[in-house]
Amino acid sequence: MLRLAGAVPTLLLVIVLAFLMVHAAPGGPFDDERVLPADVEANIAAAYHLDEPLPQQFLRYLEGLLKGDLGPSYRYRDYTVSELIADAFPLSLKLGALAMSLALLLGVAAGTAAALRQGSTFDRVVMGFAMTGISIPVFVIAPVLVMLLAVKLQWLPAGWSGTTSLTRYLLPVVTLALPQIAYIARLTRASMIDVLARDFIRTARAQGLDTLTILRVHALKPAMLPVLSYMGPAVAAILTGSVVVEEIFGIPGLGQFFVRGALNRDYTLVLGIVVFYATLIVLLNLAVDILYGVIDPRVRYR
Amino acid sequence: MKLLRFLLLFTALLGGASCGGSGDQAPMGSVLQRGLPSDPETLDQHKARSVQAAEVLRDLGEGLAGYSPTGELQPAAAESWVMSDDGLTYTFRLRPNLRWSNGDALTAEHFVLGMQRLVTPATAAFYAQMIAEIDNAAAIVAGEAPPESLGVVALDDMTLEITLEQPTPYLLSLLTHPSTFPIHPGSLAEHADGFARPGKLISNGAYMLDAWVPGSIVALKRNPYYWNNANTAIDAVNYHVLVQDTSELNRYRAGELHITSTVPPDNFAEVRAEYGDELRVAPNLGVYYYGFNLLRPPFKDNPELRQALSMAIDRELLAEKVVGRGEVPAYSWVPPGVANYEPTTFAFAGLSKAERENIARRFYKEAGYGEDKPLRVEVRYNTSDTNKKIAVAIQSMWQEVLGVETVLINEEFQVLLANMRDAEVTEVFRSSWLGDYNDAHTFLSVLQGGSPANMPRYDNEEFDSLMQRAAAQVDLERRRLYLEEAERVMLADHPVMPLYFFVSKHLVSPEVSGWGDNVLDYHYSQHLSLGVQH
Repeated sequence: MLRLAGAVPTLLLVIVLAFLMVHAAPGGPFDDERVLPADVEANIAAAYHLDEPLPQQFLRYLEGLLKGDLGPSYRYRDYTVSELIADAFPLSLKLGALAMSLALLLGVAAGTAAALRQGSTFDRVVMGFAMTGISIPVFVIAPVLVMLLAVKLQWLPAGWSGTTSLTRYLLPVVTLALPQIAYIARLTRASMIDVLARDFIRTARAQGLDTLTILRVHALKPAMLPVLSYMGPAVAAILTGSVVVEEIFGIPGLGQFFVRGALNRDYTLVLGIVVFYATLIVLLNLAVDILYGVIDPRVRYR
Repeated sequence: MKLLRFLLLFTALLGGASCGGSGDQAPMGSVLQRGLPSDPETLDQHKARSVQAAEVLRDLGEGLAGYSPTGELQPAAAESWVMSDDGLTYTFRLRPNLRWSNGDALTAEHFVLGMQRLVTPATAAFYAQMIAEIDNAAAIVAGEAPPESLGVVALDDMTLEITLEQPTPYLLSLLTHPSTFPIHPGSLAEHADGFARPGKLISNGAYMLDAWVPGSIVALKRNPYYWNNANTAIDAVNYHVLVQDTSELNRYRAGELHITSTVPPDNFAEVRAEYGDELRVAPNLGVYYYGFNLLRPPFKDNPELRQALSMAIDRELLAEKVVGRGEVPAYSWVPPGVANYEPTTFAFAGLSKAERENIARRFYKEAGYGEDKPLRVEVRYNTSDTNKKIAVAIQSMWQEVLGVETVLINEEFQVLLANMRDAEVTEVFRSSWLGDYNDAHTFLSVLQGGSPANMPRYDNEEFDSLMQRAAAQVDLERRRLYLEEAERVMLADHPVMPLYFFVSKHLVSPEVSGWGDNVLDYHYSQHLSLGVQH
């Protein structure tokens, strides 16, 4: 509870900084090569309250925020920021969750298998793939996959819009998951090798338990600790990766709106997403801390 | 074991999805699939501003006049019109039985309401200046007159009269712009500014709004009440929002798009070889230019230096080799293909490369520069591959011909815009101008003193007075001569270096018929049809 209350000043600081930063960036939401006549420009500034001094604009924003209103988007003038986030976030979440599940499943499985056959050809192949997966950025993987599976073989749709088929999830999710599979596989392998060499595992073996039981009952839980710590950065990586993936596949997710919002100087949209993400991250950190205590009883928070 | 079972299940699920999916593809029958480089910012014709929004709005709505596929003005909601002898009054006769997409009758009054809303200050319309030539429009925008005083009046349900402050030969092309479309008074009263959303928007064009997912798709369907519905072939139009041009190309390659909005610069040669006739390249009303900041040294009061720099640029090489997508080298400010106009060109346009370079070197010396005292100049451009290639090429041309030391500064678009407007740090800057309507005025008026888009801050009395004289002319021939003379005067001062004229680039599937190339790059979906060509 105390920790939750501690999050409020953090959020407020984030809001102030974000507000100052978007407004400090040169240009405004309505600047264009086609400069507007002064009269027209004045009318527009008045309509969007951009003619008010900055402190007043900030108070107006805070006031709305307290009522849960993130304001109207400057770029998507028919929509409010809350509407845009409400539509875009579930999609980003679905993509991220699918990618994360895929990454955990394949990553842990591959890492464990490699650890069990440490030094074998299988181990080297898996780690080779993992290294490649980590080194190739998402913006390279995505077009290659599209070229191969959508354009040449035409097995999957190349984009998002215009189809309701579930297959449209496949390429973006795999693209997002690939680097994480690689990372998690390496982490799992290293930590599993370490755990498997411990005394309590040797004791378990001496008791005649088979490898699968040892893994399931004794080894997996302690070996997962580094992977669990990596979840935070992994979520961040998937969030930032989704920005690229959403643009390449044309998915109307939050990442795409964030980037476009920043480039278009859509102050309210950028601020709204920052506030939303900041809240989310504060809550997630809290959740990871609590989870840590559940998995490792030695970790306790007062 | 549980883990393994789960893993198997997961793979099975994914595999199942990939097998079952192939039947769910959206049908391509009479549904036209078009690419759109970004979302329309709104489908409220008065709050819209971008080219993309206008493209969608031309399918949704209809003005008094419109364009044919090849770009000829033609009657649209109005079936005919008459201009008074002094060129100041136009009387439009609407088609009988015009209807909105909900079946309501569409009257001349709705056009009046639309244009009044356009200039009302509270609307905050970006194109409020679009009809500045109409009586009282500018005063209403400035808040000095009531919107009802606008010179657009409904004489009866089917007759509309527009009164102008000065002859405006391009009035009809203004009236093809979505900002002049009519507005449905009932939906405006009911939903106020939120009327342009799916489920609410009532339109008068060939199509009506079916769905809009921001960041993904704008879906239109046939408007059964449209007067020319019987001759409209396409049943539905999907505009796919594809911010990345390479993604758009991939979707075309995968057969998911009929028409792309552009072709990625890096893939142009490959696309041309691969698709042949499916690639449509056509001149477009737009000029890519470098401007001089005329308020600061070294370019202030230094036409010799400006001319030297301009002449040292090999525009053929730039257009053909550096950009290389069918662009036309620019030796004038107004692009070729503009209606009723013959662009005047730089005096040096007819000279050979060697002759130009010799003269450039002479002017450079006359301006006080040379090997011992080279010009150091900053060129600002907004970050993009094409802009960078051009800047690097120009840097080396200036270096080679004149020995100029050029510093290239790339800036985010909004930063460059702010710098151009302030005119305090810029020396040479990259910009472009796209025509809003098919007339030389949309280009030349940019450089009039006091024009907000006049980034070089060009200020020449002779040019301004020629522009004013042209504006007062009813006689099209005399108006043309004034405008051409104005361009000649301006070019001799070298406030800008036009580099090349834009071309539109689309991939158009062989299934599409009715496509026409035109300088405005307008392609109404109602003119197109789908069918396998044999």
